[in-house]
Amino acid sequence: MHPFIYVAPRTLDEAVAVLEQHGERARPFAGGTDVLVQLRGGRFDLDAIVDMKGVPEATTLELNGSLRIGAAVPCYQVYENSAVAAAFPGLIDAASLIGGIQIQSRASLGGNLCNASPSADGICPLIVHSTVAVVRGPQGERRVPVEEFCTGPGATVLERGELLVALEVPAPARGFGAAYQRFIPRNEMDIAVAGVGSALTLDTDGTTIASGRIALAAVGPTPLFAAKASAFLAGKPATPETFAEAGEIASTEATPIGDMRGTAEHRVELVKVLTRRTLAVALGRAQANR
Amino acid sequence: MTQQETPVRKVPVACTLNGQQTEFLAAPYQSLLEALREVVGLTGTKEGCNDGNCGACTVSLDGRIVDSCLVLAAEVDGRQVDTIEGMAPPHGLHPLQQAFLEEAALQCGICTPGFLVAARALLEREPHPDEHRIRLWLAGNLCRCTGYDKIVRAVQRAADETT
Repeated sequence: MHPFIYVAPRTLDEAVAVLEQHGERARPFAGGTDVLVQLRGGRFDLDAIVDMKGVPEATTLELNGSLRIGAAVPCYQVYENSAVAAAFPGLIDAASLIGGIQIQSRASLGGNLCNASPSADGICPLIVHSTVAVVRGPQGERRVPVEEFCTGPGATVLERGELLVALEVPAPARGFGAAYQRFIPRNEMDIAVAGVGSALTLDTDGTTIASGRIALAAVGPTPLFAAKASAFLAGKPATPETFAEAGEIASTEATPIGDMRGTAEHRVELVKVLTRRTLAVALGRAQANR
Repeated sequence: MTQQETPVRKVPVACTLNGQQTEFLAAPYQSLLEALREVVGLTGTKEGCNDGNCGACTVSLDGRIVDSCLVLAAEVDGRQVDTIEGMAPPHGLHPLQQAFLEEAALQCGICTPGFLVAARALLEREPHPDEHRIRLWLAGNLCRCTGYDKIVRAVQRAADETT
């Protein structure tokens, strides 16, 4: 492994300065569960690792109606926080699913987003929660909707000197529910063959969908927002028939490849099934949240 | 810039290791696993996959289990690290170690320190987990000899005996 220095800044400005100085030869570092593996595997070399865990903005989990998740907050802090777990079960589906306990002690949802894997379990739930990524760089702060953050496998909108500070998840509206599920051939500790996140908000009548959002993992170059299937849900009755049709539409928005984990055809079918199932779970949660 | 080597100096690390204040020098790119084994000389923590899949290198960091292959040694400055070497009391064995012996819950033994450290963390939080909970908690620990049933039984036995 190419030697790199370890920098532990205390402020965002310090972190940005180091990243700007080294450009692509430096990376922000949270749990290290992706970047250290990639460095050892020779995917790329770095001259500097910038540990974000000493920067308060990146390590704070704040629930105040809305939820702000510092980019370096490990998954266990999200799911062990009972107030967060009660208000955002759709995020907990993913945070408690990524890796085993050892990985969850370290890995963060922010890191999951920045790693930009097409099969990332953490990204779809963030998308369906309309989460905004707070980015800081040499030019100051900018805010990017999570569905626009990943630009390809392992590629993001982050430019030289920029880093992810936090994820801002809006307060769930009354009647909102969300869920994430993936298919893997094992019971746990595996990479998704396909994954689907769904969210819906019930109208005041409790039976009509006011709006919905669906996002798909491992069926395209990035986790993707299924715009047509999401738009279809608005105004429809919250029934199994609606959910099945949304699954059919979502499957047309998937552009999967076949690989060692599954064929493209299998993945298209999985999108239909997982869309139906996650919408059903989201409905249950929406009804509990009225 | 591209060909210029960044000067990489070793960094001092001071941590509480198995209850003892410990200081050592580590390369900034060195994993905690490597530093424990090759710098500090504690070889009880094993290297399995070295990429966070197998859990053989599990240690406790500030009371949370982590894969030490995915932690940089430089990160543990000022923190508390507990490895398999700190598990047994001065005379005798930890109840989990005793249960692993009695249930023959090891074959080649490479995964055993990781399983023990992980299982201890579970029993400290949840003294009486059911079988499903034990299997889920230990999902990040792989046994290439596939002796999972005996491992799970040993954890249950240790839980039963330390009421």
